[in-house]
Amino acid sequence: MRTQYLFDRQTVLVLSILAAAAILVPAMNGLVPPGSALHLSDHLVPLLGKYVCLALLALSVDLIWGFCGILSLGHGAFFALGGYAMGMYLMRQIGPRGAYADPILPDFMVFLNWKELPWFWHGFDWFPFAALMVLLVPGALALVFGWFAFRSRVTGVYFSIITQAMTFALMLAFFRNDMGLGGNNGLTDFKEVLGFPVQAGSTRVVLFVLSVLVLAGGYLLCRWVVGSTFGKVLVAVRDAESRTRFLGYRVEHYKLAVFTLSAMLAGVAGALYVPQVGIINPSEFAPANSIEVVIWVAVGGRGTLAGAILGALLVNAGKTWFTAALPEFWLFALGGLFVFVTLFMPRGILGAAGDLWERSSRRLRTRRSPQPFTQAAE
Amino acid sequence: MIVLRKFLRAFLLLLGMASAALAGPYEEALPRFTSDSYADTDAAIGAVAASGNPLAVDVIEALRDGRLLVGSGQVFIRRASGDLINAATGQAWGNPAGELKPVRLNNRVRRAIEAALGSLTLLNPDAAKRLEAARAVFRSRDEAALPALEKAIAQESHVPVRNALETARAAILLSKQDAPPTQKLTAVQTLRDRSDQEALALLSNLPAHAPPEVVAAAGKAADGIRARLAFWQAFQNVWYGISLGSVLLLAAIGLAITFGTMSVINMAHGEMVMLGAYTTFMVQELIRSYFPGLFGASLLIALPLAFLVAGSVGVLLERTVIRFLYGRPLETLLATWGISLILQQGVRTIFGPTNREVGTPAWMSGALDVGAMSLTYNRIAIVVFAFSVFAILLLVLRYTSLGLYVRAVTQNRRMAGSMGIRTSRVDALAFGLGSGVAGIAGVALSQIDNVSPNLGQGYIIDSFMVVVFGGVGNLWGTLVGAMTLGIANKLLEPYAGAVLGKIALLIAIIVFIQRRPRGLFALKGRVVEA
Amino acid sequence: MSIFDMTRRNLMALTAAALVSSATAQAAKAEETIKVGVLHSLSGTMAISETTLKDVMLMLVEEQNKKGGLLGKKLEAVVVDPASNWPLFAEKARELISQHKVSAVFGAWTSVSRKSVLPVFKELNNILFYPVQYEGEESERNVFYTGAAPNQQAIPAVDYLAKEEKVERWVLAGTDYVYPRTTNKILEAYLKSKGVKAEDIMISYTPFGHSDWQTIVADIKKFGSAGKKTAVVSTINGDANVPFYKELANQGVKATDIPVVAFSVGEEELAGIDTKPLVGHLAAWNYFQSVDTPENKAFIEKWKAYTKNPKRVSNDPMEAHVIGFNMWVKAVEKAGTTDPDKVIDAIVGIKVPNLTGGVSEMLPNHHITKPVLIGEIRADGQFDTVWQTDDLVAGDAWSKHLEGSKDLVADWQTLKCGNYNTVTKKCGS
Repeated sequence: MRTQYLFDRQTVLVLSILAAAAILVPAMNGLVPPGSALHLSDHLVPLLGKYVCLALLALSVDLIWGFCGILSLGHGAFFALGGYAMGMYLMRQIGPRGAYADPILPDFMVFLNWKELPWFWHGFDWFPFAALMVLLVPGALALVFGWFAFRSRVTGVYFSIITQAMTFALMLAFFRNDMGLGGNNGLTDFKEVLGFPVQAGSTRVVLFVLSVLVLAGGYLLCRWVVGSTFGKVLVAVRDAESRTRFLGYRVEHYKLAVFTLSAMLAGVAGALYVPQVGIINPSEFAPANSIEVVIWVAVGGRGTLAGAILGALLVNAGKTWFTAALPEFWLFALGGLFVFVTLFMPRGILGAAGDLWERSSRRLRTRRSPQPFTQAAE
Repeated sequence: MIVLRKFLRAFLLLLGMASAALAGPYEEALPRFTSDSYADTDAAIGAVAASGNPLAVDVIEALRDGRLLVGSGQVFIRRASGDLINAATGQAWGNPAGELKPVRLNNRVRRAIEAALGSLTLLNPDAAKRLEAARAVFRSRDEAALPALEKAIAQESHVPVRNALETARAAILLSKQDAPPTQKLTAVQTLRDRSDQEALALLSNLPAHAPPEVVAAAGKAADGIRARLAFWQAFQNVWYGISLGSVLLLAAIGLAITFGTMSVINMAHGEMVMLGAYTTFMVQELIRSYFPGLFGASLLIALPLAFLVAGSVGVLLERTVIRFLYGRPLETLLATWGISLILQQGVRTIFGPTNREVGTPAWMSGALDVGAMSLTYNRIAIVVFAFSVFAILLLVLRYTSLGLYVRAVTQNRRMAGSMGIRTSRVDALAFGLGSGVAGIAGVALSQIDNVSPNLGQGYIIDSFMVVVFGGVGNLWGTLVGAMTLGIANKLLEPYAGAVLGKIALLIAIIVFIQRRPRGLFALKGRVVEA
Repeated sequence: MSIFDMTRRNLMALTAAALVSSATAQAAKAEETIKVGVLHSLSGTMAISETTLKDVMLMLVEEQNKKGGLLGKKLEAVVVDPASNWPLFAEKARELISQHKVSAVFGAWTSVSRKSVLPVFKELNNILFYPVQYEGEESERNVFYTGAAPNQQAIPAVDYLAKEEKVERWVLAGTDYVYPRTTNKILEAYLKSKGVKAEDIMISYTPFGHSDWQTIVADIKKFGSAGKKTAVVSTINGDANVPFYKELANQGVKATDIPVVAFSVGEEELAGIDTKPLVGHLAAWNYFQSVDTPENKAFIEKWKAYTKNPKRVSNDPMEAHVIGFNMWVKAVEKAGTTDPDKVIDAIVGIKVPNLTGGVSEMLPNHHITKPVLIGEIRADGQFDTVWQTDDLVAGDAWSKHLEGSKDLVADWQTLKCGNYNTVTKKCGS
């Protein structure tokens, strides 16, 4: 039973595409000679890696929005927190190779005449601790925030707006240089991760493969969650929160659990993102970023998981292409996409494809057995 | 007639020249304007002002306004009419040989001009000019102006000018070494009565030669002023809060209508504000090029236009996009966010990415002093404007049929529909109304903020906070929300700084929403959950 | 076969053909042209400043091509849009270098965008010309800093105020990011070394896009009425300036009482403000549009003709790009190749005329020599130069006034090091 829903056709397809990517990208980059048409140039590897991380972020949003009806407009905050945790580790790895050659303090602290490392920087030189923080910091914030919000039944639009307020407040806080996290410049100029040079081609390929694997793992995890009994309750909460509550479920506990899980997934995405793009700065907290994530999900198809991945990949690839080919028109295209998808493709690409599929198979079926299709009463 | 006048003027100038010839220092000073050195210009101003020449005021005023020209070693004054006269002789000068350049100014020269004009215009027939002169003398503390001051005080009848003259005298006496202590004590008293920041500065920075009894009196007076200023500071902060609150109110009130009636989260609301600001820019551009005389009224003309522009864009949006998304509030959020991106980039393509200049009409510049508070006219205008918009909207919602329908739809859409209200038409009009109000908010904001494609972005989150905090569907909630946030922000700012204050406020709102998930003034209705 | 299928197949064939032909066209072009990358935001918050620089670069490339190109080849500008997004800057830089094979890149505005692309330029060994005044404390082999370092802008401005305006009390107001923080640190140390007491310095930071300045302007007024001559040194960034100046005008802070000297306000920024109430406030730059030299006159004429806009203003970062581009052209001619390693070696010591009548030189620390000009705002939105250094000032990569950097020097010619410690005699420690 469990394996059945875990490994349905969609899952198999997603996993095989991801596996193909994990094999083909390194092969096309490393084995195919540069002159060949099949060669994947070096600059595309981190770019693809970035897309994969953003897909994981979209996946985490789809988990709560698509299956529990929680529209978070602050998921960029969890992503950025995970990124900062990783960035702090990478900063500590620079050691004495910074411009001021201070063995402990990062450059920006020397710059601002700081004499010692702030307390919250301790421990980040040790990778397992940093990795734990990547999960714990976004998770803890989501737990506290969600506990307050869900307990007092802040729902729908109100929840969306206060998540936006949360990420906005964090952005303002992180912009402050007194925070000790690099202010507007953020954390950058990383040298190495776990002893491997960040800039090296091979490290990038490994990071890419790792991101793909994590995405695959994240996808499986989400599949498992939404397929379980727990997931069924989530869907019930999405569709009729009060009824679910009257049935005796502690709605807020379900919401809190899935919200925290989603935040941790976003944190992991951020942590993988930072070494590949080489910088983390407070603009990742910008409310506009979080809204954009939601649109990726909407484009791909809300509530399908695979759609979130597809949407993130498509929109970001489009962004890369547009900002090079028609820079002035990028915002028109993005804005138009928002409007188009909400108006004409309310269930996204996957949803629309599913409809199409269903309609054609239904046509086949009706041809065989001409019974009228009755719509379920509302 | 004109000939006669010209003749008369030439005659008078000749008279002036005759006296100038006697004065000597005036003519010696003039050539120093030609050396293109600020130090020389500074010295020349002093010499010209001290010369007593009747042309001195003309020369210095011309210098201030960039009308003092030099060329081939001579100095000329350009009259407002465009005629040139020779500054040395006062004679009209038809065709100057060679190129004329205005004498350049810097702040040092401007200060010298101010001080010189101060002592020269203390007896000007125009009371406003005398007041300005008295203030200039107060700032320059020029001991040489003391006799002129005494003379002016003796014949001054206008009370504000007289007060200003007396404080100026007090300031000079305090810093004058050989003034008798009794005079200095009176000066301390005068400054104490003036009781503002400048008086405090004078009293707490007495020169070293001040006699001990004066120092003691000044110290006491300074303490008194400090207490008074601290007292007024609280009011001043509240005023800042009210004016910030009014800005928030203007930005949020249109949102309250659309959000309240249709639970539509209009992320393009900020762009409606932007459209209003750009309408103001366009109106001012047109006025500048075709009807320069109307500039003072440009904002008033822009108001209805901004309402129309933003309102019709709003109706258009509602008809083409939003009406298809009813019942899906989260999706309107995404669609309107897309629209806001398109509007921003559209404006950027048409008007360019840079800021556009929107001027301030003369009646809006300057400040009103109340006690030790200073209320700038443009802030007063915005506060008054915000409250008028609020009142008008309240009346519209209360006493017009549109208002009745809007309220009915807000409270119970289905029932309103069953009663025969065409809800979709009400939606379109309400959306247009909300957007139009955002447009006129843009007219006001163009006075204090950038007019750029990003203008709306800066206000959208704050507006949402106001609406959510105040409670949806209730204009009073929006008013209270805006004022609370504005005042709290400004009371926190002196202690926590601008950033931390804002963060604290955001956290406070988040916590508050937990306590009252529907805001301060929650609408009581039958519909528990959408 | 239905019509639908037919068109679809045709469409696919067409697309494929188009792809192939564009690829071959690109390959053919690559043979003939030298590519120059332009990395400036055309959308987002920084578009307001950076769009102009893209136009300047396009004009310079066009002009160079009219002169016959470079090394017998035509130049080609490759424009991309990093959309004011810092990770996107790194991504686009990588794309310019790896995919478009540009020989040099002209771009970036904010410090964070420069920091974001730095590792890319180091890794792929290419050249970046950075045209904006910045906080210093950096010298990289692959970057040439054609904007002002703090000693070419901030310190001369403070000297001017202290000498000419007799200022004794200082407000250092800035946006809370690295450039203002560092500049204010340097200024604070400098002022204290000149005997200014701590209570006579007020430092205030505001967030990006701060729009309600009532409290801060009132504080400045209060601070300024303590009997000593006061000035404001403003490192307030971009969009926040307009409401700041509007508030100054409204509260009646006049330049004759409390002058404000700004380091981030140029002709472009003033174009959006009614400048009449601001006459006399100051700015410190290395170039003003109003500078009266034949070079500048010619440049402005060309610029207005190129943009077909007689009102278009010019500003300091534009001049920096003009200098940087001309230096690069000369260096490429000297090296006889566009190979970055050879150009990096050849460019140090190259001298080109700047637009203010002097000759700027590329120094071994990859900064350039520039004159420092102090200008007062005029009623028409331009600046009137009221003071200028007699000689060109050499840019310091590392500030002498900061604790961490006073022993550091940069020299890419003899020492081959960007952060050489003169005390330990070691590079990077």
